[in-house]
Amino acid sequence: MKRLISVLLENEPGSLSRVVGLFSQRGYNIDSLSVAPTEDTTLSRLTLTTVGDDHTIEQITKQLNKLIDVVKVIDLSEGVHIERELMLLKVKASGAARAEIKRSVDIFRGQIVDVGQTTYVVQIMGESTKLDAFIEALGDAPILEVVRTGVCGLMRGEKSLKV
Amino acid sequence: MELLSGGDILIRALTDVKVKHLWGYPGGAALHIYDAIFRQDNLNHILMRHEQAAVHAADAYARATGEVGAALVTSGPGATNAITGIATAYMDSIPMVVISAQVPQEKIGEDAFQEIDMIGVSRPTVKHSYMVKRPEDIAETIAKAFYIASTGRPGPVVVDVPKDVTDPNNKVAYKFPEKVKLRSYQPTTRGHSGQIKRAVNLLISAKRPVIYSGGGVVQGNASEQLRALAHRLNYPVTNTLMGLGAFPGTDRQFVGMLGMHGTFEANTAMHHADVILAVGARFDDRVTNATERFCPSAKIIHIDVDPSSIAKTVRADIPIVGPCDVVLSDMLDQIQQADLQIDEPAIGEWWQQIEEWRNRHGLYTASRYEPSEGENIKPQDVIKTLHKVTKGEAFVASDVGQHQMFAAQYYLFDKPRQWINSGGLGTMGFGLPAAMGAQMAYPDANVACVTGEGSIQMCIQELAACTQHQLPVKIIILNNQALGMVKQWQDMQYGSRYSHVLYEDSLPDFVKLAEAYGHVGMKVTHYDQLESSMEECFAMKNRVVIMDISVDQHEHVYPMHVAPGSMRDMWLSKTERT
Ligand SMILES: Cc1ncc(C[n+]2csc(CCOP(=O)(O)OP(=O)(O)O)c2C)c(N)n1
Ligand SMILES: [Mg+2]
Repeated sequence: MKRLISVLLENEPGSLSRVVGLFSQRGYNIDSLSVAPTEDTTLSRLTLTTVGDDHTIEQITKQLNKLIDVVKVIDLSEGVHIERELMLLKVKASGAARAEIKRSVDIFRGQIVDVGQTTYVVQIMGESTKLDAFIEALGDAPILEVVRTGVCGLMRGEKSLKV
Repeated sequence: MELLSGGDILIRALTDVKVKHLWGYPGGAALHIYDAIFRQDNLNHILMRHEQAAVHAADAYARATGEVGAALVTSGPGATNAITGIATAYMDSIPMVVISAQVPQEKIGEDAFQEIDMIGVSRPTVKHSYMVKRPEDIAETIAKAFYIASTGRPGPVVVDVPKDVTDPNNKVAYKFPEKVKLRSYQPTTRGHSGQIKRAVNLLISAKRPVIYSGGGVVQGNASEQLRALAHRLNYPVTNTLMGLGAFPGTDRQFVGMLGMHGTFEANTAMHHADVILAVGARFDDRVTNATERFCPSAKIIHIDVDPSSIAKTVRADIPIVGPCDVVLSDMLDQIQQADLQIDEPAIGEWWQQIEEWRNRHGLYTASRYEPSEGENIKPQDVIKTLHKVTKGEAFVASDVGQHQMFAAQYYLFDKPRQWINSGGLGTMGFGLPAAMGAQMAYPDANVACVTGEGSIQMCIQELAACTQHQLPVKIIILNNQALGMVKQWQDMQYGSRYSHVLYEDSLPDFVKLAEAYGHVGMKVTHYDQLESSMEECFAMKNRVVIMDISVDQHEHVYPMHVAPGSMRDMWLSKTERT
């Protein structure tokens, strides 16, 4: 099962490599990873998506908690939460395809953020499945490049991940 | 306020965290630090002959005393040589701080001479690591490193110190922090009282209980509490390889070690248990055999200070996160206060059953091997003789192989910290430097290094450091002319195809070797000489002695788990199976 895990991490040199190293060392997957400092610059917030059964996820969260630099860990998928990912995508757009692509972008509430003679750069934001669906929807239009930020997420409601 | 250079600060901080002995080896990036060592006499530096050995000795010092071990190595090859030692300590959760010198910060990343990314290389083998960037940060980093190494589940911490940080020309104020606080690290100090209550209720109602205790009881100084609880309950106790001594080996309630080479009675009792109290143990693969067949009818209470050890390989019915000593004494308190009574008739029957197992195939009650005779000395008898000659009171540091298992099985350790071995990593070469670490801690104690002719050659260079630092350890070589443990597996699983486990007459003359280092060498080939030679060996209080004892080359370690299988599936000899 896909899981979204959020980690509050000391913003120290090498702390990210400890997290990433833990995953490879213990044979856990990371499907996506996003990390940046928080409003408190001594802390970084890291969000990762992984796949595993309950036992594996329990071990992942325990092992993460064991890292000295890790302040807090939460499995967002355990509760109601919001998740978002941003994708930039450069696609070949000429002739009739140009209008077709524009229509798909509108349907997915994306934006065309750069227009070249035969290309568009499209920006789509949402849950990862929506981003996947957009790629699907492009059909035969040749994709030149895709870049995705990885997922980030927050719990809904009053609860928050704080020191 | 006093102004000191980074090098001086480092040494001062080490004495402020109460380090007495620093095991190390110098080099370019460590020169400023070594100069600071030269100019003081609070800290005893022990020059070893290899960084691996320096780290093993620091590790064993920690195992023998419960203090934090400390080692110092130079950058590059010094740091990489230390890795095996660090990994050994990590796998066995030993509190230790290793200081590695590093090239100056302006050179980092340039592939400078003797540069290695020590933080990166050591990462999977440490509890934590720090690189110090300014002399002002040294004292606090040392304080944090020792705090992290010694609290919660202990483990090694690396402190990487670039050369410019210890520059003698850059002096700053020295201030040792009064208290260390880390917002991201708060080890558990008590067990959950509700869980403890549930555990007590389950435990007291048990009909076929076993207490399975591990290295956490030794490292967590919980042996007394374990003994008190076990005696109050009259339940059988088994120790893991790492836990030997946590419960007295000669106690009637001790059923021996469990696991791959555990006793028939311990493994069989585990298999049939209805309640298992696991304390400071981690259900390691060398204990459980196939986890899906592990103790099918047991409800498991698991006490560990590290939550990630719980339910890692085997599910726990009642997990309790907390230090073993505190949790065990809370359990005992509850039992005493409520005056809870065990199920006497059931426990009586259980003991009858266990005694029957003991008498049938017990390691100490039945004859598990052909007795020694003439030139055929049995390795088991060497260990029994060692136990007799040292009155069961020696520190025994072991290497890795058959000799290690014989020592674990036949030297009945009555006290925690007496048995010092590399259980998790299984590091050949650990034995001699480990013995040195224990001897440094207890100069008057008998310290034996039980080793094989294979393992001893992996850190043999330390014979010189024994001379220099007057560490009169006794090296007991169970010489079976082979990498015996590997050979045993080749016998059992590869049709006795002895691929690279024999030396073809290349073994050194260990007597001459001992003498070359200024030590005493003894060769024992006849069983009649064994005890008297060993008496002689241990009578030489101030000498390092190597006893090269020829043992039966064909002996195997039994019992041995049949894998994959359950706890009770064992080979009992070359021909008998359970
Ligand atoms: C550093 C290292 N290399 C290899 C091994 C694998 N190994 C385990 S036991 C063993 C044989 C040890 O031989 P010896 O020291 O003579 O002990 P014996 O088994 O003969 O008693 C080997 C090679 C190991 N444990 N450690
Ligand atoms: Mg051997």
